[in-house]
Amino acid sequence: MLVSYDWLSEYVDLDGISPEDIADELNRTGIEVEVIYTRDNGLNGVVIGQVLSVSPHPQADRLRVCSVHVGQPQPLQIVCGAPNVAVGQRVPVATVGATLPGDLRIQATQLRGIESMGMICSAKELGLPDKVLMKEQTEGILVLGEDAPIGEDIRLYLGMTDQVIELELTPNRADCLSMIGVAYEIAAIFERPLTLPEVEIRESVTHGHHVDIQLEVEEECPFYVAQVVENLTIGPSPQWIQNRLISAGVRPINNIVDVTNYVMIETGQPLHAFDYDQIQDGEIIVRLAHPGESVVTLDGVTRACDDETLLISDRKQVLGIAGIMGGQSSEVGPSTNRVLIESAYFNPISIRRSSRKLGLRSEASNRFEKGVDPERIIPALSRSVQLLEEIAQGQVASDLYIEEIGDVEEIVVDLRHDRLTGLLGIQIEPSEVLKIFERLKFPTQYEDDVYHVQVPSRRPDITIEVDLIEEVARIYGYDRIPTTLPWGQQLPGGLTKEQGFRRTIRETLRGLGMNEVISYSLITNKMDKELVSLQAETKPIQIAMPMSNEHAVLRTSLLPSLLQTAVHNHKHGIDFVSIFELSSVYTSEERRLTRLPQESWELGGLMSGQLERNFWRKGKEHPLFFDTKGVLDALWKRLGISHKEVEYHEAVLAGFHPGRTAEILFDEKRIGILGQLHPKLEKQYDLHEVILFQIDLQQLFAKSDDKISYQRLSRYPAVTRDLAMIVDEDIRVGEIEAGIRQVAGELLRSVTLFDVFIGEQIGPNKKNVAYSLVYQALDRTLTDEEVQAVHTKVIQFLESTMDVKLRT
Amino acid sequence: MREQLLRLREEAVAEIGVVEDLTALQGMKVKYLGKKGELTTILRGMGKLSKEERPIIGSLANEIRSYLENVIATKGEELEEQQLEKRLQSEKIDVTLPSVEPMVGATHPMIAVTQQIEDIFIGMGFEIAEGPEVELDLYNFELLNLTKEHPARDMHDSFYITSEILLRTHTSPVQVRTLQAKEGKVPVRIICPGKVYRRDDDDSTHSHQFMQIEGLVVDRGVSMGELNGTLLSFIEKMFGEGTEMRLRPSYFPFTEPSVEVDIYDPERGWLEILGAGMVHPRVLEKAGYDPERYTGFAFGMGVERITMLKYNIDDIRQLYLNDLRFLKQFQSV
Repeated sequence: MLVSYDWLSEYVDLDGISPEDIADELNRTGIEVEVIYTRDNGLNGVVIGQVLSVSPHPQADRLRVCSVHVGQPQPLQIVCGAPNVAVGQRVPVATVGATLPGDLRIQATQLRGIESMGMICSAKELGLPDKVLMKEQTEGILVLGEDAPIGEDIRLYLGMTDQVIELELTPNRADCLSMIGVAYEIAAIFERPLTLPEVEIRESVTHGHHVDIQLEVEEECPFYVAQVVENLTIGPSPQWIQNRLISAGVRPINNIVDVTNYVMIETGQPLHAFDYDQIQDGEIIVRLAHPGESVVTLDGVTRACDDETLLISDRKQVLGIAGIMGGQSSEVGPSTNRVLIESAYFNPISIRRSSRKLGLRSEASNRFEKGVDPERIIPALSRSVQLLEEIAQGQVASDLYIEEIGDVEEIVVDLRHDRLTGLLGIQIEPSEVLKIFERLKFPTQYEDDVYHVQVPSRRPDITIEVDLIEEVARIYGYDRIPTTLPWGQQLPGGLTKEQGFRRTIRETLRGLGMNEVISYSLITNKMDKELVSLQAETKPIQIAMPMSNEHAVLRTSLLPSLLQTAVHNHKHGIDFVSIFELSSVYTSEERRLTRLPQESWELGGLMSGQLERNFWRKGKEHPLFFDTKGVLDALWKRLGISHKEVEYHEAVLAGFHPGRTAEILFDEKRIGILGQLHPKLEKQYDLHEVILFQIDLQQLFAKSDDKISYQRLSRYPAVTRDLAMIVDEDIRVGEIEAGIRQVAGELLRSVTLFDVFIGEQIGPNKKNVAYSLVYQALDRTLTDEEVQAVHTKVIQFLESTMDVKLRT
Repeated sequence: MREQLLRLREEAVAEIGVVEDLTALQGMKVKYLGKKGELTTILRGMGKLSKEERPIIGSLANEIRSYLENVIATKGEELEEQQLEKRLQSEKIDVTLPSVEPMVGATHPMIAVTQQIEDIFIGMGFEIAEGPEVELDLYNFELLNLTKEHPARDMHDSFYITSEILLRTHTSPVQVRTLQAKEGKVPVRIICPGKVYRRDDDDSTHSHQFMQIEGLVVDRGVSMGELNGTLLSFIEKMFGEGTEMRLRPSYFPFTEPSVEVDIYDPERGWLEILGAGMVHPRVLEKAGYDPERYTGFAFGMGVERITMLKYNIDDIRQLYLNDLRFLKQFQSV
């Protein structure tokens, strides 16, 4: 809502109150002020002039040499390029020394050899936005009314000294979508008297025209008022009306339309003027649209209606879409003589629904959908009739037709004093509360500690006790509310085990050099399909109307986003990317959701590129796979998952390198995937050696164990035995190690792989594997014989099950 | 013989004095004092001596032996010292060469901010409640006093999946779910962090996905004073002791009275950082709490906004781009 300070000061005494004061106090009491601006945009030195003569420029076809009278003894010679300049026009003239918006200074100049002592201005040059201009004002110079006083500062004539306060209204404060509503608010806040325009209601005339209002759907339209005005002289509105409309951000059109808009801004009640002669038999039928019905609205667009669209029509044709926009068929035009003015109450829900479905919003629909004040419906109509008489020489030509179903109920809301003080935590005297209601102009009775508040119909947002508490609080001042801390039973608070578990993962991975990322949950359908996920069987959930293909489905895996992040980083010169994300993924077995999908926490990780090694100290090269696996193994330790429980099984999975991918198993259940991106995809994304992992966190959490029971340390010496062997190349070291552990039993304290070698000396398809085994007992020094017995068992087992050849 | 011995001592001392390494020194020891050494060789002639001379020469020989042993030991220490010195010289490194540094990762700044906020409220006895991101219209809107045609739904342009299922537009549905799960028990003191979604075009200040942290307190006799006090405690811990805070009346369908909370920043003036209010009686009622017996307050803040304010970040998209050059700036968080 744009509030003109000049207009407002007509209703409230603003003596000593600046627009800035208004902004501060509105902000303090609950209405946010976006900005305050003066409409002049820095304009200075532009006066009204009259074009005395226009002659062609000797050197230029497009230029004209004008003589312009600006109230000085001598007329000014001005060269003008606008095709619409003509003798007799009153126009804005920027004289030498004037400043135009954009800090443009006007100087005496020569245009193709002819002296020009200023500039005749267009509306744009004066800083008037196109939005508030009539079509003919958007081109050429701005032609002013014939009453424009020659020599006067254009800012005064165009109301540009007015200051505009822009309100950002919350949906509950529709009452402030009118100047009168804002005036009530300002009067309450500043405790100033209120003077509203007086309206004379013209109820009946003799020999009037006939109007027949038929309300077919009571719920959608319970209240409709109309009156006919005739003998209208259609033309531009007087400048003061135009100026006020422009301040309010509304484009002046003609005096009839301007009056309806003016009254809407003044009272908050949207009005509509129909050309009465286009209405058959004066019939106004308010009804729902028939199937397949359409209407051409004022903006020339054909609108398809449905059975919920509320229409105004006669027997023959549709006259307009109720509360949203009038129809072209009954539009007021230059030849209109009689108009029917409509003022009504339309159901906010109905208007809101239709306006959304039609994709059509208007100043009127914006007000109707928030609920207009039923008590202003008749006065608003009469106010418009009064203004049409004043400025368009109209004459009232019908009775005031009122069709009303039911009465407007008087709303009384009770407020208990102790509820007020209890909820706000303040001490306040009843007299102060009563004073606040008086300022708000809410008639109130106070008895037995209860305020009976009669809520004016202009405030439909107030229906229950707490609404009144808020009213009192905001006028009382939120800054006066005390600061206390919650009392009563105290809670320990804290993280749940699972929340703590997620934090541990984050901190551990970070300590292991990985960076945490947060990416979008909505991704492209294509990316979600490319790679296998732990939820491979399900299709991603689609958004009904995505904003773009880029964000169209809910991800079923974090890997696509991690890949995208890696691509971004490598493209920007990062050699080594090591990232992880902890987030939900979304899956459902249903094709069309009837219940909420599954949301499961997943840990995704990615390493790619060249590990940053010091240039002067090259390390041993090995596949990046093992660096990533190392991070996971360290994570298992930190989470209390013993190394023995984790198994990595070779796997061939879509999107992954067939020889460098593993499923991660706990207790024989798959809880994750670790592997290198398929080289084909690596090439496609221009990446090199990308290792990815994803872990199902719920399952991991179930496996993790924070119980620790201290194990006694052995005081007896340990015996180390090495074991070097030749085995078939395709026997996994994991199997060998598992075999050793299984056979050696509790005397084995550790087993460490210290060499794997493949080469000609070993023989084809063979490899050399060497372990270091440490034996130790808790309760005694092991004898050679004991160690030898166990060690021999290990060797025999390996020989018999894996066909290993021991090297000595 | 006496002269022989004294000469030997003299020669030995001279020769040991010029030895340059421990091997040569060991050689000297063998040469003079070994079983076949020169001293032994001389002493072999003792038999030829008279009875009176023998003890005198014997004691002189012992004296010389222990004297030479001493000289050799001293020389040995000296040489070891020299050798160590040499090794240390050869092992010298350039301490300014780059280190072999284990990698350390960075926390995403929004995770850091979220955890900081969580910890502040945990300190005040709050629990952390979580709920689904794909929500029912019922929980996201209806039970929060936002009926189907409520004009305030305009502020929540949503991603719908079906007409009844959508991506949540705020974490408030978690409050409703928590209240329902508590079945009318008090006190309730929770915060709900999480991702939320609205149909906004991504630009420097808007993001179709963002993070919120909302809080809820329900108990007997909770007033706006406690709302004020709780938020002030939070703000002082988050933004520093003595940070000024102000409440401005505002509007949310699920709270009444509703407030916007601003903090004062000496450089940037008043900054809006969160919205709050007393839980609307209809919301309590729909969740199974009698609004006559219980009252409560709720608040909500955008993690992006606080993160951006805290670290002077000027483009919200940076928070979702995950550029490592950006993230690495938060290694010390």
